[in-house]
Amino acid sequence: MIALVDYGAGNLTSVRKALNAVDAKFFSPASPAELAGARGVIVPGVGHFAATQKLDEDWRAAILSTIEAGKPLLGICLGLQYLFEGSTEAPSVPGLGILKGRCTLLPPTQKVPHVGWNDLRIVRTSRLLAGIPGGSSVYFTHSYAAPVTDACVAATDYTAPFAAVVESGNVFGVQFHPEKSGEVGLNLLRSFASFTSLASPC
Amino acid sequence: MLAKRLIACLDVRDGSVVKGVQFEDLARAGDPAALARRYNVEGIDELVILDVTATIEKRRALDATLRAVSAELFIPLAVGGGIRSEDDAAAAIDAGADKVALNSAALDDPSLVTRLASRYGSQAVIVAIDAKRDSERPAEPAPIAPRPAPLAPRSARYSVFSRSGSTRTPREAIEWAREAADRGAGEILLTSIDRDGTRSGFDCELTAAVSSAVPIPVIASGGAGTFEHFFDVFTAGRADAALAASVFHFSEHAISELKGYLHARGIPVRLDARTSQSPASNPEPPC
Repeated sequence: MIALVDYGAGNLTSVRKALNAVDAKFFSPASPAELAGARGVIVPGVGHFAATQKLDEDWRAAILSTIEAGKPLLGICLGLQYLFEGSTEAPSVPGLGILKGRCTLLPPTQKVPHVGWNDLRIVRTSRLLAGIPGGSSVYFTHSYAAPVTDACVAATDYTAPFAAVVESGNVFGVQFHPEKSGEVGLNLLRSFASFTSLASPC
Repeated sequence: MLAKRLIACLDVRDGSVVKGVQFEDLARAGDPAALARRYNVEGIDELVILDVTATIEKRRALDATLRAVSAELFIPLAVGGGIRSEDDAAAAIDAGADKVALNSAALDDPSLVTRLASRYGSQAVIVAIDAKRDSERPAEPAPIAPRPAPLAPRSARYSVFSRSGSTRTPREAIEWAREAADRGAGEILLTSIDRDGTRSGFDCELTAAVSSAVPIPVIASGGAGTFEHFFDVFTAGRADAALAASVFHFSEHAISELKGYLHARGIPVRLDARTSQSPASNPEPPC
């Protein structure tokens, strides 16, 4: 079972429907302790970076220990940004810090928020993007974005290049919404679900 | 490159599609989910379900429609028409809508925009504006003292209408769009009442004026009749997305043909909807 962490940052109906569509088994843990029984974790979220504050120290510790146990974790949108050290959107709110760097506002040389379908520019091969060709369009809606670092496996170019997909060991993140990105998004969720079926619960 | 979005609008009454029907066989069935599926295969970027159900008692059908469409369609889905309150919006979002479009309700109570944006995020809140070009500029009172010249003189003024275009409000479209964005709207759905249903082209002047005035995407609506109209609204009109219903009647492949036309004329569009399926499930080579 995948633990879909519901901390109140946005509505998860679409994520649940997409996971159902790829036959992924999931549950929403009521407490951090329930993460121990999961084979993988999804941290979704939309909105302000400060919303991640609802994930208190117990949640952070539980999420970090699932990563240390080698279980796959997928951050979606705000969930990707949460993997980094923080964001200028809420400078006093720490991210998980699994990935180096801070998220920043996209340069507003065009409209920000960045809303709509944009392309993935593959930076290096990755497990999460297996079978997804470069140039595939995916659906974004965000104003802040993560920097292109060593963890970035696919970038997207808008007013500046930013990390669209990150991957570091068993930690994965997507800035776009796979649950709203048609077949490309479903394929990605299918891949992630397949990683979790290989992981064992503690 | 960020693609210009093509959005199909399905008018739904009591759970059945009543307008904007492209395919005769599906039209008879009136099944929104079947139509949505067909549009999706054609490469539509987003869907809007406009609920035109007359009575509150029958609005439960909308939830069933949203559940059916969102269970198998994994592109953005917006719902408009009859979202009067936070509860209406919550019901639509719980049923599977990603975005709700507020029109009269936002005009009656602009704080609803902020409340919904706080609860669901700005990306979930569209403010729909029905605008009509004023036939003549309203008479202005004689200035008592000399006034500074306006910063950007405008050639036309557009009034905002509520109640499906039946009621003129005191608001002006560009100012209302700015206020909606300030209050937390994530997108503006801008309909030209003058052009709606005419197939004479989008109101590019109106669309460009609003799009230039707000930092959020503007979806142009009203007047689509030819492929060239879409080109015009994405260039002169500075629209981020264009919405249409009846124009997609033209042929069974209107959406993919329109995308090909726009692509050939240098407009960025999403083209890989059908070629990006997993190789295992789709052995066809990419075209």
